Amino acid sequence: MLAVLAAASLAGCSKDMDPNEPSGFVRIKGSDTLVNAVQEVSEEFMKEYPYVFVAVTGGGSGVGIASLINKTCDVASSSREMKPKEIEIARQHGVFPKEFTVAYDGVAVIVNKANPVEKLTLSDLHRIFTGKATRWTEFGGKDLPIVTLSREVSSGTHAYFKEEVVCLGRKDSTEEFSAKTLLLSSSQAIVEEVVTNEAAVGYLGMGYAGDRTRSIRVSKASSEFIAPTVREVMARRYPLARGLYFYTDGDPKGAVKLLVDFTLGPEGQQHLVSTGFVPLGATGAQTNQ
Amino acid sequence: MHRRTSEIVIESAIKLSGVLVIVFVFLIFLFLLKDALALFRVYPVGRFLFGRNWLPISEPPQFGMVPLFLGSLYVTIGAILICVPVGVATALFIGEVAPRSLKQVLKSLVEILASIPSVVLGFIGIVWLGPFLRSTLHLTTGMCGLTGSLLLAFMALPTIISISEDALNSVPRTYREAAFGLGATQWQTLWRIILPSASSGIMAAVMLGIGRVIGETMVAMMVTGNAPVIPQSLLQPLRTLTATMAGEMGETVGGSEHYFALFAVGLVLFVITFVINLVADIFLRRARR
Repeated sequence: MLAVLAAASLAGCSKDMDPNEPSGFVRIKGSDTLVNAVQEVSEEFMKEYPYVFVAVTGGGSGVGIASLINKTCDVASSSREMKPKEIEIARQHGVFPKEFTVAYDGVAVIVNKANPVEKLTLSDLHRIFTGKATRWTEFGGKDLPIVTLSREVSSGTHAYFKEEVVCLGRKDSTEEFSAKTLLLSSSQAIVEEVVTNEAAVGYLGMGYAGDRTRSIRVSKASSEFIAPTVREVMARRYPLARGLYFYTDGDPKGAVKLLVDFTLGPEGQQHLVSTGFVPLGATGAQTNQ
Repeated sequence: MHRRTSEIVIESAIKLSGVLVIVFVFLIFLFLLKDALALFRVYPVGRFLFGRNWLPISEPPQFGMVPLFLGSLYVTIGAILICVPVGVATALFIGEVAPRSLKQVLKSLVEILASIPSVVLGFIGIVWLGPFLRSTLHLTTGMCGLTGSLLLAFMALPTIISISEDALNSVPRTYREAAFGLGATQWQTLWRIILPSASSGIMAAVMLGIGRVIGETMVAMMVTGNAPVIPQSLLQPLRTLTATMAGEMGETVGGSEHYFALFAVGLVLFVITFVINLVADIFLRRARR
């Protein structure tokens, strides 16, 4: 952070700065799912606009949204939509969030490679993560207790998963993650635990699911089991797919606008695809007006 | 005359800094109290103190701190059971048994032990101690209370060793000489004479060690699994007071219910450490007499 600031002030003083070029400082904070992709897009952006400095930090979607409301970032990246309650709180703080969908993503459910279970239905996942099912034998696996892994409550993926799997999409549901669920502080920590623990099952943005773990094929009913791949999310066949968002305070201006436009433009989209996300145009669900 | 003024200046400067420390502690307490009490305006105290569920992002949220309190308690008791015998034995060895040259080496090693950053210990816990405990004890996951207790015991050792050693040193030489003069062996002297005379100081060391363990955050957050469950044993994942505050503070909006709830947790932690330190102080004072 200090280094970035120092660089910014140095650049501000340098003689060869072109006063006609756009300049400024943009702080992006939030989603850990998006952080690597946004970092890459920002680096590309800074090549294009050398006098704009972009600082990207993670922490979880909730962290991004909280700092947008607390006015400590310019763009909140989020892997879930803002809740009506959050928008209301934002208004009370004089912040008027504007939403941009920047990409789509599938949420992959991962297990250890030695786990023979390959496919599960949404209701199987529901039973696993609420603690109703406790042994892998129930799903054709080994005789091991199921160890469920989740992200911390600040994670947008946590909120999405809770809504779609734990509550099965029902708004009035009062179901909760099993209290025994381990809450880990990063997607990487989930991967590490799944790699070393045969009994573990976790979930994360599919861009993080590498080849050290195995992704479960998921189906909505028990008909067709779909693997989390870019193509299946594009075709809207994979059941655990969601939008990824940027939020700004009101209409973005200046450097912030440049960055948002760049991310939504062809170059930004290309970098999001190369980091494992699904571009906007593909699903034909362009929702930004 | 000149000397008199400088003395007055120095004396009042010292007095001022002494008073300031008390003022700061008091202000911190007031600050915590103010935000914690804000929670109790919207959430009943009884449900906070005795609630069995910690579900901060559910609708409606539940802020029951029993699982967190028990999580901290279990980890702390585990750590104390490990580090008190080891620490006191080490202090006895350094203070009474070891030859002078070895004594100096051991003392500086203990100081080095104290300077290991907690995040490094947490890392060791994730990549080595956790998987090791899981495979040797056949646990479902290595991210559990025991891993936390072991690492926290390691962190509290330097405190316990150095303060116990001071206590042993302050036992008058005449006690030892009298014991030896009566024909007691070294073991009899250690066990029957020196340890009982230093017991108040050792109790103080133990209390300060407890204070160190219960307030430690990084290690607890990294290795205990953070599951907000009411723990049945140390071999299962649990969530401590400190890890809850650190893990969730980032995503709360200033002034929200969740934000105040974390302050209330902070207040509970403050009161616990305050009482522990007070008890330690009483023991230390008794030791000096």
